[in-house]
Amino acid sequence: MKNKIIQNAAFSLIGLSMVVTLLFLAGIIYFIASRGLPAISWEFITEIPRDAMTCGGIAPAIVGTIYLTLGAVLFAFPIGVACAVYLQEYSPKSHFVNIIRIGVNNLAGVPSVVFGLFGLAVFVKFFGFGVSILSGSLTLGILILPGIISASQEALMAVPISFREASLAMGATQWQTIYKITLPAALPGILTGIIISIGRAAGETAPILFTAATFYKREYPNSIMSEVMALPYHIYALMTEGLQPEKQTAIAYACALILIILVGIISSSAIIIRNKYRSGYVR
Amino acid sequence: MNSFKEKLIRQIFRAASYASLFFLFGIMFVLFKESLTALGEINIFNFLLGKDWYPTYEPPDYGILPLISGSLAVSFVAMFICVPLGLGTALYMHEIACDRQRKFLKPAIEILSAVPSIIFGFFGLVILAPFLQKNFNLPTGQCLLTASIMLGVMTIPIITSLSEDALSFVPRSFKEASYALGANRWQTLLRVTIPAAASGIITSIIMGMGRLMGETMIVLMVAGGAAVIPNSLFAPVRPMTSSIAAEMGEAAQGSLHFSALFEIGLLLFIITFVLNIIAEIISRRYRLKLGQGR
Repeated sequence: MKNKIIQNAAFSLIGLSMVVTLLFLAGIIYFIASRGLPAISWEFITEIPRDAMTCGGIAPAIVGTIYLTLGAVLFAFPIGVACAVYLQEYSPKSHFVNIIRIGVNNLAGVPSVVFGLFGLAVFVKFFGFGVSILSGSLTLGILILPGIISASQEALMAVPISFREASLAMGATQWQTIYKITLPAALPGILTGIIISIGRAAGETAPILFTAATFYKREYPNSIMSEVMALPYHIYALMTEGLQPEKQTAIAYACALILIILVGIISSSAIIIRNKYRSGYVR
Repeated sequence: MNSFKEKLIRQIFRAASYASLFFLFGIMFVLFKESLTALGEINIFNFLLGKDWYPTYEPPDYGILPLISGSLAVSFVAMFICVPLGLGTALYMHEIACDRQRKFLKPAIEILSAVPSIIFGFFGLVILAPFLQKNFNLPTGQCLLTASIMLGVMTIPIITSLSEDALSFVPRSFKEASYALGANRWQTLLRVTIPAAASGIITSIIMGMGRLMGETMIVLMVAGGAAVIPNSLFAPVRPMTSSIAAEMGEAAQGSLHFSALFEIGLLLFIITFVLNIIAEIISRRYRLKLGQGR
């Protein structure tokens, strides 16, 4: 009887912590949605900002975020997938693989502001790219690289070994097997990883603080060497710079809501893709 | 010919696999190189243990003890939020939730982990800080507690997902043996499942700690920004990350201040690196213990 009471009490506490966690998530979304929604209109999404950021739209920030994210993925995707293929398909289980894996895990744990410092010292200063889309994209690319490697490696791991054996038995070379059999079979998993990385890159602020972002720009970026407005940085700048805090806060709510919607769409599509394909093979 | 192509492709892939190591050491090297000026001009002990951080005064003071203690304080307090809530949520998903609940909970946790940190910072600044200020009669709502709460919420999904993985790796037979001995579900969870998953859970907490120490935007927006050693939960603080982010814009390139900020970055890198290695060692022992090759 006493044991039963303890169990109920413990399980209630566990349940409570779950409810509190969900309440935090719901609370954040509710407050930002309810206050951000009134400011959002078609013009807000498609027009350039006017009057020192107090009216007009935020289109350049959305476009800037898309450019930065695309650049980061273009940089990290080939390297990340190639790394995963080597670790999973070519390299025998060895010490070397272990060291690389530890390196990947460690890179994943490096604070985002440190990536920003690296980008500032290497891309902005050393290579002379300046504060630009290029510098920001490369910095974000390094940041999302470990995520892409781990996701791709897991996806490759989930492809049954018999697929490879069947292909090799037909006389295909190792590269043909990888290219025609293993990679296509692992594609949904790799794609999920890429999409999650896109969400990560789109929301990161600290790495672009000193490498790409600018607060107020009245035009769209015209080359990869120009500095850009970016959605997450724009929220920060609206709250800390400028002269009309009240008007700016209203815009910041709307920006935050758009960022949440953007990241929400990105990560739910990753979840949907994964659920759709997960049942494909049994591990 | 064909075998030449195969070899070439293999070598290309091999080169790519070095990328993460290359960048890891590249970051270490660059941080060190950029800190050289500061390392040379400021005594390392005065730097780490100095109580005054006035980089723009004349003469400037470069003591980062207030920044280190700020980082440690916000992370420590945040642990009181993310560890119980993260672990509780993981236990719920593992032990209590039925399939239908799990189908809803897992994506919800993933969405929470996908929320960018700037959103937490913004929420803290416009909702939580004014709320705390009003209810606790504070001079400012931007303080250690506000930053810790938002940091804690941000870190919940990390601890939840890693702990849940660890719990699910515990072999079914462990549980069944415990039930067979007459233990109820809670006793089994507390005495069998959690101890068996302990190193995985500890790893998740250490990884969470690394994230807390390294998070920038939240502390930049809601921690208050005063470079003093905190003496209460409501004191404004200035963690290392927010110093770097806030001051890099005004520090002239090549100046001592600029270099000192890189040295802070180097310290931050070393701290998270050590935390990651500890997590790596613990999780390896855990894998060996349960005899799983993954």
